[in-house]
Amino acid sequence: MAKVEFKEALCKGCALCVIACPKKIISVSDRSNEKGYFVAEVNDNSLCTGCAACATMCPDVVIDVYR
Amino acid sequence: MQQVFKKSSLLTDTPFHYCPGCTHGIAHRLTAEAIEELGGNQGVIGIAPVGCAVFAYNYFNCDIQQAAHGRAPAVATGIRRVCPDKIIFVYQGDGDLASIGMAETVHAAARGENITVIFINNAIYGMTGGQMAPTTLIGQKSTTSPAGRTAELQGSPIRVSEMLATLDGAAYIARVSLHDLKSVIAAKKAIKKAFDYQVAKKGFSMVEVLSTCPTNWGMSSEASMDYVKNEMTKVYPLGTFKEIGL
Repeated sequence: MAKVEFKEALCKGCALCVIACPKKIISVSDRSNEKGYFVAEVNDNSLCTGCAACATMCPDVVIDVYR
Repeated sequence: MQQVFKKSSLLTDTPFHYCPGCTHGIAHRLTAEAIEELGGNQGVIGIAPVGCAVFAYNYFNCDIQQAAHGRAPAVATGIRRVCPDKIIFVYQGDGDLASIGMAETVHAAARGENITVIFINNAIYGMTGGQMAPTTLIGQKSTTSPAGRTAELQGSPIRVSEMLATLDGAAYIARVSLHDLKSVIAAKKAIKKAFDYQVAKKGFSMVEVLSTCPTNWGMSSEASMDYVKNEMTKVYPLGTFKEIGL
């Protein structure tokens, strides 16, 4: 069991986490944050392995990973 | 369930001001994590540059002195001479380090100053609006080389790591990249090792980090990563150029 949490207010929608995720469960949503960026989100947390690839590539340290 | 990834205690809660997809944030995090692994922020002094990373003093949770453009290694030298036992790191971009601050960098390395330099090479001037840097690739477009840089007109890019590796004072010189997960992990190891050299008082250590500038390159964050992987690493090969041994 693993999960990732996005601190959406910090996300800039650069999508580097989308490319990094080996399970391809992250996408950029059509929901924007206060800064006006479309934020990244996890589509299916049950597939998450907690590998932290997304968090490692995130330039804004948006993602917390639990395992 | 345990938290296996969280923000380093060496980083403050201030959100980075960098553009979406800019790898400065990754480099900040790796630097912070490497210092954290050395034992926290006590006795750590950073030197912030002029350039996109000028606000580094807002992001690192340690003592920081902001230096005049390019003079960060000179300021670090002064701090080192007064504080022989502190951990001192310099964070500079390519405009700062390889252009206006080239003299300070070369001489700090030649003197073997016991400092660690994190050199962000994104082949362009970011903050000032995308002008050509000494590290801009041949053929790369910038606002001051709109048709692409040519060797005849603007000269060839400077390979700082290779150059500094020829100096006796340099203890550890490596070039890493941040274009994918594997390279980020390798970058973290190199930065950690650079700090290990400083702690062992072996002399000057520098890690050149190939970085992206999606805004001024006019590319998406994904295309920028591909550009680093496919184009920049051809001109700036990754590797360790000097390692005298711990």
